[in-house]
Amino acid sequence: MRRFTDLYLALDGTNSTAEKTAMLVDYFHSAPDADAAWVVAFLTGNRPKGTGATGLLRDLCLRHTGHPAWLFDECRSAVGDLSETVALLLPPPDTATDEPLHVVMRARVLALIGVDAEAKERIITEAWTVLDAESRLVYHKLVRGGFRVGVQRKTVAKALAKVAGVDLDLVVHRLTGRFRPTAADFRRLLDPPSPDEHLDRPYPFFLANGLEGEVESLGPPTDWVAEEKWDGIRAQLIVRNDSIRLWSRGEESIGPMFPELVAAAQLPPGTVLDGEVLIWGEHGPRSFFELQRRLNRRVAPAPQLSLFGEESARFIAYDLLESDGIDRRPEPFESRRSRLERLLAQRTADVIGISPLVPFADWSELAAIRNGCAGRGTEGLMLKRRESIYGVGRTRGEDGWIKWKVDPFTLDAVLIGAQPGSGRRANLHTDCTFAVWDRREEPACLVTFAKAYSGLDQAEIESLDRWIRTNTVARRGPFREVRPEQVFELAFEGIQRSTRHRSGLAVRFPRILRWRKDKPADEADDLETLAGLLPASGT
Amino acid sequence: MLLEPTVDGLWCEAGGFHVDPWRPVPLAVVTHAHADHATPGCGRYLASERTLDVMRVRFSKDLEGTPVDWGTPIELGQCRVSLHPAGHVLGSAQIRIECDAEVLCVTGDYKREADPTAEPFEVVPCDTLLTESTFGLPIYRWPDPSTVFERMNAWWRENAAAGRTTVFLSYAFGKAQRILAGLDASIGPIGVHGSLVGPNSVYTRAGIRLPDVLRADADSAATLAGGGAIVCPPSATGTPWIRRFNGPEGARMGFVSGWMQVRGRRRWRAVDRGFILSDHADWDGLISTVRASGARRVGVTHGSSEVLARYLQEKLELETFVVPTRYVGESPPTSAAPPEASTDEGVPDREREE
Ligand SMILES: [Zn+2]
Repeated sequence: MRRFTDLYLALDGTNSTAEKTAMLVDYFHSAPDADAAWVVAFLTGNRPKGTGATGLLRDLCLRHTGHPAWLFDECRSAVGDLSETVALLLPPPDTATDEPLHVVMRARVLALIGVDAEAKERIITEAWTVLDAESRLVYHKLVRGGFRVGVQRKTVAKALAKVAGVDLDLVVHRLTGRFRPTAADFRRLLDPPSPDEHLDRPYPFFLANGLEGEVESLGPPTDWVAEEKWDGIRAQLIVRNDSIRLWSRGEESIGPMFPELVAAAQLPPGTVLDGEVLIWGEHGPRSFFELQRRLNRRVAPAPQLSLFGEESARFIAYDLLESDGIDRRPEPFESRRSRLERLLAQRTADVIGISPLVPFADWSELAAIRNGCAGRGTEGLMLKRRESIYGVGRTRGEDGWIKWKVDPFTLDAVLIGAQPGSGRRANLHTDCTFAVWDRREEPACLVTFAKAYSGLDQAEIESLDRWIRTNTVARRGPFREVRPEQVFELAFEGIQRSTRHRSGLAVRFPRILRWRKDKPADEADDLETLAGLLPASGT
Repeated sequence: MLLEPTVDGLWCEAGGFHVDPWRPVPLAVVTHAHADHATPGCGRYLASERTLDVMRVRFSKDLEGTPVDWGTPIELGQCRVSLHPAGHVLGSAQIRIECDAEVLCVTGDYKREADPTAEPFEVVPCDTLLTESTFGLPIYRWPDPSTVFERMNAWWRENAAAGRTTVFLSYAFGKAQRILAGLDASIGPIGVHGSLVGPNSVYTRAGIRLPDVLRADADSAATLAGGGAIVCPPSATGTPWIRRFNGPEGARMGFVSGWMQVRGRRRWRAVDRGFILSDHADWDGLISTVRASGARRVGVTHGSSEVLARYLQEKLELETFVVPTRYVGESPPTSAAPPEASTDEGVPDREREE
């Protein structure tokens, strides 16, 4: 456990990806497989859910230390993290024994699941007697299931590839889907490649860059084609041998969530398409919220289209990476495109469709088309150079694909409350809640519609934090309600109806653009303006 | 009470003097030479000899001051005033004031751990104790300083082997000298920021052993880069001055402060390593000092005042009150600029602004 604690603290203490990779390589080399397996699980999002013992940690800590609850809460607010607060408050153990991580997981974390409060107390108290102060911090995080450390999947894969001496792509692929934290599963990650292992693997996705500068700088418009920029889930549809798979760009197998797509994908074996999964309504693609709703549904319904009524999932293909079992990525876009059109031309069912090209004569015409994309339910346009190959990852924009998104929505909103962030911003009120005026009644009242975290620089964050502390009108736990005086310009990507906020609306990717110190609160935008941004099909 | 808070600081009517005033006054009794306790421009100072020495190198060498020997009372008005070591930094004192059989003690900043660079803390029995509370939360429990120094030296050794300059960020007077005394000079050359030179000389004259150091500047840069350790104030981070000492593999920043107990603070400072070393009492140090003094009334200042006062009242059943510091009473800052590092631990104390 101590070795894992050191790894956790070290990973947590650096921002350098190179250092994180080196630390993981070191750990995977030296730790027992059964422990390393858990680390892979934690860092790839396969950590166990909470054990339902979070509330108990505070109570037990109070009993152990004899501190009054108010004092605990003061400490919690200074530290910004419950796990760490409890670890700092407990008296150090007399003797710490160093148990392997997998033993701690089995006997002291997973053992908490499904037992009564008394048993939970016994297990936690016993853990405290064997763990040193820093390991207790990590232990509390494991107990709460909130284990998070800033390491990307890719970094884990890189470290594993280095340890195993195999291709990064192979490890990335082996990590897809659900990883079980056993020594055997860990060893399988490091195995030498087997001959048919590639069969269900997606190709690395080719990524687009945002347009920099003016669109005219791309040169003659005849060198380019344009498509809609779909607001869905990027995915590859892979048909090889007898199996049909759908892999998202997040390297997850999403086929089980979209059975109707898999069922409809009766394509010749040796075909790989790149495209976008969307939920299609009466008037075209629905917002990303609908997709999320679908993804969050644990068990997909049986593949009957009628179940979803008019709102079925579609796969909109925009590239062909493999046909007849041959890798077509080195061919120019135009050639891949015509193969794709020929392949899908014979199909009548539109569940697997093709992303139409948007014809345009010159850049100004295309700009006008782009401005109308909200009405078409897309995010803007994609520009692809006619002779470009299908690359790996992100390349220079002019060599490949360019996103030409519409400018985000913006709005002036009133700050009505905030709570401390986590991690390095634990002591600063950075999680802000915003509202707009509902003027349907007299007097007008503020209704919430967004929470936003980012966008201010450090000096502004600190200045705002001070303002929040001195202008608090009420406190609920860590949340402070403040005087509704400060106005911020927010940007967001989309909007839809939602019961999450009092306004009945929710926005996508809200972020703070700037602090409008020049604007009095009563001049902030109102609900009517916000509702006016709803797409016609989103009502 | 013997001391009353005023706009200038704590005022003793019976003795005709201020304690640690924050504006120029005719007569100031000063606990120690940190900027949030010693203010330049007073008519006359009474303090320990070492405190006056440091004030002279930092403020003005013509400063009008009378040294007061440890434990030897002097008469001021109707009061008998004596100084007792506080263990915070070299020369730091608690001020004992006796008047009409009532004894009040102002601790100033203090710590209870052994420190070869400061006179050891002495318990002062009193009726009323005014204690600091910089780290007045039970989450603050200091590790053994010798373990911390071992870690600092091991980190330096590791950096030096990798061609990275080691930088320890710390307040220039007190903490910096404590760090210097704890560094293992056999690892490599040690460089100091110019602001450490004056205080260092006071320590050396007082017979405190510090390792040989170089003034970190253009001449010593080549010697210090890579294998050396540099001790400098946090304000030096990100300046061209500190960059010139980068080794072939750059430099690593370590922040040395009690605040480093909390991980969020460590990351917020964006330093590579945090070392928990404080010149203030931790929670247990505060509580045991209050108990040992035998005081029935306890005033709390400088830090988590409300929390500690409430705790002492509820748990130890003492009469408590909060003593204002200079930061309270002023309107909170509204500008975008962050407040100056207000304590000698180098991290602005946000809670204080509430
Ligand atoms: Zn001090």
